[in-house]
Amino acid sequence: MPEMTTGQAIKEALSLCLDSNDTTFIAGEDIGVYGGAFGVTDGLLEKYGHERIKDTPISEDVIAGLAVGAAITGSKPIVEMQFSDFIVNAMDPIVNQAAKLHFMYGGAVNVPMIVRGASGAGTGAAAQHSQSLESWFCHVPGLKVVTPSNPQNAFDLLLASFVDPNPVIFMEHKLIYKLKSEVNLGPMPSDSSELGKSKVIQEGNDITVVSYSNMVNSVISAAKEDSLTDYSIEIIDLLTLAPMDSESVINSVEKTKRLLVCQEAPASSSVGSTLISEVVTSRAFKALNQSPELLAGLHSPMPSAKHLETTVIPQEEDIVQKIKEMIENEQ
Amino acid sequence: MSKENKLELYRMMLLIRLFEEALEEMFSRGLLHGTMHLSIGQEATATGACLALEKKDLITSTHRGHGHCLAKGADPYKMFAELLGREDGYCRGRGGSMHIADLSNGNLGANGIVAGSLTISVGAALSLKMQKIENIVLCFFGDGAVNEGSFHEALNLASLWDLPVLFVCENNQYGMSMASENAVAGGSITQRAESYGIKSVSIDGNDVEEVYETVSKCKEKIKSSGKPMFIESVTYRYRGHSKSDRNLYRTSDEINFWKEEKDPLKRFIGKLTEEKVEIDELKKVEVEVKNLIRESVKKALESPESPKTNLEEDSYA
Repeated sequence: MPEMTTGQAIKEALSLCLDSNDTTFIAGEDIGVYGGAFGVTDGLLEKYGHERIKDTPISEDVIAGLAVGAAITGSKPIVEMQFSDFIVNAMDPIVNQAAKLHFMYGGAVNVPMIVRGASGAGTGAAAQHSQSLESWFCHVPGLKVVTPSNPQNAFDLLLASFVDPNPVIFMEHKLIYKLKSEVNLGPMPSDSSELGKSKVIQEGNDITVVSYSNMVNSVISAAKEDSLTDYSIEIIDLLTLAPMDSESVINSVEKTKRLLVCQEAPASSSVGSTLISEVVTSRAFKALNQSPELLAGLHSPMPSAKHLETTVIPQEEDIVQKIKEMIENEQ
Repeated sequence: MSKENKLELYRMMLLIRLFEEALEEMFSRGLLHGTMHLSIGQEATATGACLALEKKDLITSTHRGHGHCLAKGADPYKMFAELLGREDGYCRGRGGSMHIADLSNGNLGANGIVAGSLTISVGAALSLKMQKIENIVLCFFGDGAVNEGSFHEALNLASLWDLPVLFVCENNQYGMSMASENAVAGGSITQRAESYGIKSVSIDGNDVEEVYETVSKCKEKIKSSGKPMFIESVTYRYRGHSKSDRNLYRTSDEINFWKEEKDPLKRFIGKLTEEKVEIDELKKVEVEVKNLIRESVKKALESPESPKTNLEEDSYA
C-alpha cells in the first residue's frame, strides 16, 4: 500500500470520482493552477483540464448554488470552500436549497453534491479562518456531514460521499492534511453505506472516549500517555456526524459505564452535547456511573497567538487529565 | 405568428388568470392552508416566455410562480392538489404554492428565496453545456432579486463561463412593499446586466407578443453564441405581495391605471379582435379553460390527503 498524506489521499479519491463519472467537475477558488490553498487539488488541472477543474471567482454563494443546479440536472459536482469559514457566504444554496429540494419537491429531484471545506484551528489563522462549524449543518434535515480524521478514512469517506444521492458537507481539518500513513486505494464503493458508521479505534473497558475530526488524533496520543497505561480506554471516531452513529456509542457506554466526548468546537448546541443527550436519554443511562463529560473548545472566537489558540482548543494533556479524573473519581 | 399560436397565448394567459382567481376563492372559503403569491396582472410575461421555449428547455421559478409552472405545461389538477396538500400534488403536499417543481416539463422548481434560483440556473446551464445538450435555462426572478448578492455572483459567472442562461427579470415594480425605484441604485436593472458583459433588453412585459418574440430571439441567440442574455420585463401585480398585504405602499389610482390601461389579457383580446378573430373563437377558449379549472378543482378536492408518514425518511434520497 502506498504511503501518503491525507491531502494526497483526498486527491486520489477526487481523481477516482472524476474518472468514474463524466458529469463530475470540481469547482472552487484557486483549485486549478494554484492547486488549492492546501494543495489538495494540485495536478488535477493538468490531468483533467479546465472543463472539469474549474477555477471560480471568489464567489462562495454561486459556487455552492451552481453545484445545486448542476446536481439536479444530472451532474455530480464537487465544490470546495477554501476555508470552511467562507461557507457562511454560501448558506442559502446549502441550507435553503441543497438540503431542501428533494423533500420540498416531493422527491422529484435528488441533489447529489459534495461541499468540501478546510476546517479547524491550530495554524494561527485566527477567528475567521479556524472555525469548526460542522454542528450547524447537522441541525439541517437533508444534509449529511462527514469529518474524516486520517488519510485512509478521508479517502474512503470521500468516495462514499460521492456515491451518496444527498448533499454532503465534507469537513477536512487543516491539521489532518499532512498526516501520513499507508492508504489502501480501494475501488469506488457500490453504495454509501459507510456513511453513518462510527469506528472503534481502540477497545477498552474503563471509559468510552468519543471524538471526531482531528481531535481523534489528540485522543489517540493522549491514551498512550504513561499515566494512563493502567487504564483500558475505548476510543470511538464518529467519522459521520449526520447521521450520527449514537447507537454504537450507547453500546460502548453500557460496557464501560463512563463517557467522555472531546471536540474542538465550542460546547453549546454542538455535536458533543447532542451525543451526550442521546446517551443519557437511552438505555445506557442506567449503566453510567457518573455524569458524562464534554471536553470542548472555549466559547470564544479563535485567537491567533499560539499560546492563546492552545488555550481555546482542548490539548492532549487536558484529555489525559480528564480521563484520569473520571476513572479515579469512581475507584 | 399564426392564429393558432395567438389563440394559445390567449388560452394560457386566461388559464393563469382563472387558476389564480380560483385559488383566491378557495382561500376565502378557508380551503387553503398558508399564504400564496398571486401573479394576476403579470400573465403575459410567464406566457410569452414559456411558450417561446421548447419542452426540454429548463426554467427556474419564483415564489410568484403559478404562471411559470402552468405556462411550462403543468397540469392544473396536480397544482391544485399540491396547494390542497394532497398526495397527487406535484410535491405530495410538501411544497405548496411556493415550491412546485415539474421536471417532466423542464420546470426545475419554484423557489421561496428571493434570488435563490439564480445560482441554481447557472449550475443547470453548466450541466447542459458539459453534457452537450442544446437547450437553454430560463431563469425567472423579480426586481427584488437584483439587489441580492447572489444575483451579481450568478450573472458574473454565467458571463465568464459563457453559459446558456436567459435571465428574465419580471419587474413588477415592488419587492413586497419596496418600490423598485427606491431599491435599485443607478436606476437601471439592464445596465447591471450589461456591466457583466451580458446583452440585455427592457420590454413591455404586459405585451404577450413582445415577450414571446423577444424570448424566441434571445433563445436562438443564446444557442448560437453560447452566451447568456438578459431581459427586463416590465409588468405589474394587481394583488398584494401575499395574502396579508394591505397595499399601504401604493395608491388605488396606480393599481387601477394598470388594470384599465395595461392589462395584458384585455390588451391582447383587443388586438385579436382588431385582427378579426371571431368573438366566438375567444368564447370557445374561455369555456374550455373554465371547464378545465372547474374539473381540476373538483377532482383535487376529492383526492386523498398526503399521508403523515415518512416525513423524516423523505428528507433524504
